[in-house]
Amino acid sequence: MLRYTLKRALSLGLSLIVASLVIFFVIEVVPGDPASFMLGLNAQPDTIAALRAELGLDVPKFERYLTWVGGMLQGDFGLSYTYRTPVTEMIGDRIWVSLPLALYALTLSTLIAFPAGIYAAARRGKAGDMAVMGATQFGIAVPNFWFAMMLVLIFAINLRWFSAGGFVGWDKGFGAAMHSLTLPAIALALPQSAILARVMRSALLDVLGEDFMRTARAKGLSRRQALLRHGLRNAMIPVLTIIGMQFSFLLAGAIIIEQVFFLPGLGRLIFQSISARDLIVVESVVMLLVFLVILVTFLVDLAYAAIDPRLRART
Amino acid sequence: MMQNTSRLALLASTALLALPLQAQAEQSDITVALQLEPPHLDPTSAAAGAIDSVLYANVFEGLTRFASDGAVIPGLSKSWDISEDGLTYTFMLNEGVTFHDGSTMDAEDVKFSLDRARGEDSANAQKALFAGITDVTVLDPLTVQVTLEAPNGSFLFNMAWGDAVIVAPESVANIKTAPIGTGAFKFENWVQGDQITLSRNEAYWGTPAALTDVTFKFISDPTAAFAAMMAEDIDAFVGFPTPEALPQFEADPRFQVIIGSSEGETILSTNNMMPPLDDRRVRKAIAHAIDRSAIIDGAMFGLGTPIGTHFAPHNPDYVDLTGLSQYDPELSKKLLAEAGFADGFTTTLKLPPPSYARRGGEIIAAQLRAVGIETEISNLEWAQWLEQVFRGKDYGLTIVSHTEPFDIGIYARPDYYFQYNNPQFQQIMDTLNRATLPAERKALLKVAQTIIAEDYVNGYLFQLAFHTVAKAGVEGLWENAPTQATDLTAVRWSD
Amino acid sequence: MSLSRNILIGGLLCLIVVSTALLSFVWTPYDITTMDIPNKLQTPSATHWFGTDHFGRDIFSMIMVGARTSLAVALVAVGIGMGLGVPLGLWAAARQGGWADELIMRGNDLIFAFPSLVIAILITAILGPGALNAILAIGIFNVPVFARLTRAGALPLWQRDFILAARVAGKSRALISVEHILPNVANLLIVQGTIQFSLGILAEAGLSYVGLGAQPPTPSWGRMLADAQTMVSFAPHLALIPGLAIISAVLGLNLLGDGLRDWLDPKIRVVRT
Repeated sequence: MLRYTLKRALSLGLSLIVASLVIFFVIEVVPGDPASFMLGLNAQPDTIAALRAELGLDVPKFERYLTWVGGMLQGDFGLSYTYRTPVTEMIGDRIWVSLPLALYALTLSTLIAFPAGIYAAARRGKAGDMAVMGATQFGIAVPNFWFAMMLVLIFAINLRWFSAGGFVGWDKGFGAAMHSLTLPAIALALPQSAILARVMRSALLDVLGEDFMRTARAKGLSRRQALLRHGLRNAMIPVLTIIGMQFSFLLAGAIIIEQVFFLPGLGRLIFQSISARDLIVVESVVMLLVFLVILVTFLVDLAYAAIDPRLRART
Repeated sequence: MMQNTSRLALLASTALLALPLQAQAEQSDITVALQLEPPHLDPTSAAAGAIDSVLYANVFEGLTRFASDGAVIPGLSKSWDISEDGLTYTFMLNEGVTFHDGSTMDAEDVKFSLDRARGEDSANAQKALFAGITDVTVLDPLTVQVTLEAPNGSFLFNMAWGDAVIVAPESVANIKTAPIGTGAFKFENWVQGDQITLSRNEAYWGTPAALTDVTFKFISDPTAAFAAMMAEDIDAFVGFPTPEALPQFEADPRFQVIIGSSEGETILSTNNMMPPLDDRRVRKAIAHAIDRSAIIDGAMFGLGTPIGTHFAPHNPDYVDLTGLSQYDPELSKKLLAEAGFADGFTTTLKLPPPSYARRGGEIIAAQLRAVGIETEISNLEWAQWLEQVFRGKDYGLTIVSHTEPFDIGIYARPDYYFQYNNPQFQQIMDTLNRATLPAERKALLKVAQTIIAEDYVNGYLFQLAFHTVAKAGVEGLWENAPTQATDLTAVRWSD
Repeated sequence: MSLSRNILIGGLLCLIVVSTALLSFVWTPYDITTMDIPNKLQTPSATHWFGTDHFGRDIFSMIMVGARTSLAVALVAVGIGMGLGVPLGLWAAARQGGWADELIMRGNDLIFAFPSLVIAILITAILGPGALNAILAIGIFNVPVFARLTRAGALPLWQRDFILAARVAGKSRALISVEHILPNVANLLIVQGTIQFSLGILAEAGLSYVGLGAQPPTPSWGRMLADAQTMVSFAPHLALIPGLAIISAVLGLNLLGDGLRDWLDPKIRVVRT
């Protein structure tokens, strides 16, 4: 297990280096100049040149790349072109919206999906299964931003149970902060939970056909007991894969939802920064997200190996 | 579950009951939403109107300033003398003006600010405003003299811009994140991507503000804007993005809708150097193919004033030239045939994000198609638009609202993105800049407006309306937008 | 009984969506580029079955043409994902722990680690918005999904007796992958393929919604939603109809896929009978 872990850690490091190169140079290709964006319609060329120099944009690309990576290793992403504040601080502010939102949504999604998936698998072919599967079909089919629009229309504008958007901040208390994240989390979680429930069910059903399940049944365990004691553990591989995927989706893919609920999160920061060509912010946030996802994948891989020792047998 | 729901409903209804009471208890804070967030907080080094929207008149002040009707009135300078030859302006400053950090604002600060704006390495986005200044001299702590190269009829107007506000040398280094001005409000805090807070300046030299705390919230998404206002999460939305939602607010007694005019001439900008658009007959054909009322109705839900030239209709010098480009598709087809494009042609139509451009663009594309002109629409973000259209001049047609006040002078710049080069017009602008007599200026402006309308430089569509939605109790907001500003110094809650 | 019901309902919905898309090539009730601004925002009626939009265009006609945009983008994107992802996943599983496995899976992780919507926005920032770039953006992110799933499904199979038997019989890993592994992961792929197809339609809608999909005047369901969003409180049909169109297309495909899955998998039948 130690050797396996070390090997994975090495490839994690390599992935990060490759990712940083790809991110930096792909994003630097984006047409558009932050200086001319900031100065607007009536700016003169010499003014733009002065601002470019002030922002350090006249330094060669590779040199800037090295400065950027060097800074990141010390936890310093540099200064935002447009805001002139440390990118680290900006990310620090935003991540306390995005991360809790992603975890909130993931928790909701898992809480709905696990029981639903297990129940459906256990009641396979019966009315309960059909009802759950029918509901998941709808859950998958609903676009989350459309669902978000409807939630706002019903619960914020008409019923006024929730604020239409915005984030009150953690200093207003845990309850108030979570309250303002509730509608966005629901909008994000429902389609995800439908997918997760389906994967859970189909993974469990696949496992049911395995030899060890027949053995378990033959030993006198009921279908449900066999499912919970032996099936669940073995069905976790595809389920964990999906949860890993969903985490990354929820963290960064919440852009549209953050936009609908005007939450000051990472997704919206990226969107705004791309619009303003504040490339260093885009690069840094994308890098951070990629780092987090690679880290989660790494952990999921380790979890696989822990669940199923055969996976690490060869290495 | 049932219990929970009813408790929530109860909570919501008590909250509703509490609202009017709160308003009666002399509310002194306000949350104002704007669509765009400033990139940073230095009005003297960016064109971003969003900076002025937050800081102009509230935090920063200049020698002169714009009043809500667009008139130029005294600001930090209580009065001024202009020499006979129009070359020397002597500004008398108000006494007892201090910056928010406690330091005194005096003639040295004025000299510093103007020299900084016009200097070699200045990053001022409107450097042209200061171009004619040859010298700034401090006569005494409260008197400063500005010498011009040539008489400039719009110098006092220029000094009222947000780009010409007075800053202090001690605090200018951190101005982008910690702006220190002389205004009735002090900058408090900025949560990037979300809000900026201001508080009342208790040591203000002029009439103190009624409000004690101001929060500017930035809501770019139009749906979110509607929802936030409807849910009363905000007290006012200045420059409300969607005209289609206004009737709902008007019908709701909780809200008031203020509709005024802006300085935004919305035009179908045309690349005057790109064939076949370099042919006046083709541009004239385009002008006659456009049905302005359909655009105003379809894109702006009826809000907007048709214009026939690049000038604001509420300006006393405006000339109504819409008759030169009446909707007449038959004439348009005839003109195209004369120009050799009986079968039409294809060009690009590049649209920036605002809804006037996106929706207006779709309508114009349909109207042009009716006379045989095909357009390839591409929706661009602002950065792409600036790069491709504005700087690269790689476009046929685009739609944009020119929101700078009194900006007909851009037609005298052949390198400007629509690349209009008419020496006669440039001559007139030159004469205008030196003219100081109102009657002379009026006559020159009339000629200037007519020339560009008769040359069909661009398709002149409509003057953008400026709409604000506010809670019913808010008083003192600007009706019009003579410049980009959200002046809250006179805003209060009614009893 | 219920199986055929899934196939029936799903098949019917798909048939409706596909045939509307095809029909729109030859006939729509109104021309979708003609604007009739005085008749804007009409509610559904006999003359305009789904009402009119903010430009007075016929929504029914726009939904018809929008269907083909959605289907085409999603189909090609899933094609790209399966065409590249499945072989890569099979290869990785066959060479489990080897350099190919390592390279493929790390490469997959890398692509997968990039936030898809952000990359889509970047792609359009570089190449400009449009349907083709939307396909590219959606397609790229389908590859690692299929590769990982195929590998995850294939790995346990390699430990099974019948595979060992085939290896003893001297069959190559590639041949085993195609002959024995692929059929056994097909269920998983059908389920995931269904989800990806529906996600493709949803992703297309999402990209169009933020303005990065098909450009006007080509109608797309997502952009119709985007156009509708500021009018939803007084003209809800503008948002409801494209939303329901998306839901029925996705629902139809999923039901059909679900039905097919049960029908295709002999193992499940045996258990039932």
